[in-house]
Amino acid sequence: MRRESRTDLPVLLPFRLGSAPPASPTWRPCAWHGLLLAAALTMAAMAAEAQAAPNVPSIIATLLKWTPLLAVGFLLNVAISVIAMAIGTVFGTFLGLLQVSLLPPVRGFSWFVTQFFRNSPWLVLLFYCMLLLPFELRIGDAIVPLPAWLKATFGLALPVMANVSELVRGAVLSIPLGQWESSEALAFSRRQTLWMIILPQCVKRMLPPWMNLYAILVVGTTLASVVGVNESMTLTGDILAAENRTELLVPLYLYLLLWFFAYCYPIARATVALERRFQVR
Amino acid sequence: MPIWTPDQPLIRIRDVHKTFGPITVLNGVSFDVMKREVICIIGPSGSGKSTLLRCINALVPIDRGSILVEGQEVHDAKLDKLALRRKVGMVFQQYNLFPHKTALQNVMMAPIHVLKQDRKEVEDRARRLLAKVRLSDKAAAYPGEMSGGQQQRVAIARSLAMNPAVMLFDEVTAALDPETVKEVLVTIRELAEEGMTCIIVTHEMGFAREVADHIYFTDRGVIVEHGPPKEFFANASDARTRQFLSQIL
Repeated sequence: MRRESRTDLPVLLPFRLGSAPPASPTWRPCAWHGLLLAAALTMAAMAAEAQAAPNVPSIIATLLKWTPLLAVGFLLNVAISVIAMAIGTVFGTFLGLLQVSLLPPVRGFSWFVTQFFRNSPWLVLLFYCMLLLPFELRIGDAIVPLPAWLKATFGLALPVMANVSELVRGAVLSIPLGQWESSEALAFSRRQTLWMIILPQCVKRMLPPWMNLYAILVVGTTLASVVGVNESMTLTGDILAAENRTELLVPLYLYLLLWFFAYCYPIARATVALERRFQVR
Repeated sequence: MPIWTPDQPLIRIRDVHKTFGPITVLNGVSFDVMKREVICIIGPSGSGKSTLLRCINALVPIDRGSILVEGQEVHDAKLDKLALRRKVGMVFQQYNLFPHKTALQNVMMAPIHVLKQDRKEVEDRARRLLAKVRLSDKAAAYPGEMSGGQQQRVAIARSLAMNPAVMLFDEVTAALDPETVKEVLVTIRELAEEGMTCIIVTHEMGFAREVADHIYFTDRGVIVEHGPPKEFFANASDARTRQFLSQIL
């Protein structure tokens, strides 16, 4: 009788605990996406070159010429994303903690705020902030101007806040009940328990999805072009208008895409690496 | 307010009732624990042993009855629960160490932040406590780097750091490997011999016989039988107790 090298008894099948990658519905840039983009840019540049009228600067030369301006615009995208993320994280953390409050009215209110901003289109929130916030603030005698990009930043901070709030709530609820029990038994107050025992353990769990949220936010900052902020997307449109060359359209937008990819790709890699490391523990 | 004196029971439990929804967990439990006394509570799963311990330090509210700790009513709504819990140390089946802190930090946290004691003094005492549970070399280790038995001994040191008047042990060896059970039991026995008042919920009959001054057998929320270990194990009269003991021993 031949011995079977494999078995169909389920208990003997290889079983790995927690090593499977999480089923993540979010899209993340991969290295081959970058290669694809670069290849597309090269091909688009070549195709555009073929269509170009004689005696005009080459596509590559034109892209390089506008690179410093695009860089300034892109810097604004980065600034908006960083500030919006900071504001959203601070307020979102508090909102998330209110969501696990023992008082039902507080819990209900913060839940409503979270759901409201989480489920509103980013662009709608952006428009609301642009139109509702004044162009300057009077604090006593001082007048603080509120430029459009800052208002857009506040607009983007709102959905970030709501998403962070959900992250915090989920993370707090994922901490084993025993942690609450043992710190209660050691006479920690509820506030001390939250800040010293529960939240520090949440940071590790929240870091990968938080970085993911940031990468999405960076891409989302281009929405500010719709409300007239001079970020990279707006500037790309301006450049196209100034050059007035139809064949430039595809390569230039691809070029901008490549900028965002170069910024977000390392973040995505780091997120994946962190997720893997935390899963082993 | 009655003044408690050491000749009175440290813990006085009277007719405690507790239900979770339709399930009656405690159905009129009464007993006293004197200072320096070691009590073991045994009984089948679901007989309310763990719930009783949780009621003593107000982790779980009771429905009816009275629990006095040093003359203070635990059931009182006006009671400062945090003050009570400083007097009552508790060790859990799942250790529940704080995973983001080292063993030393685990022991130091509550005295520093709850009792507001001086950090330097607390650290000295924490190191002495870790030495006492024979884990001086693990002071800088995180819970994830220690075995179950080591984690449980850190948890004991962490409770002792609060200088409690009584220690509650909730099936502290139930989640451990057989080889590491002994090191934890030895630690608890040493504590008992030093005169620490202990209430121990356990399934380790040999240990209970050896360490306890008094054994209580609970089933379905009531104390069925109790007595000093020798009499208890030699001539248990109740049918339920005899059946339980015959299954375990």
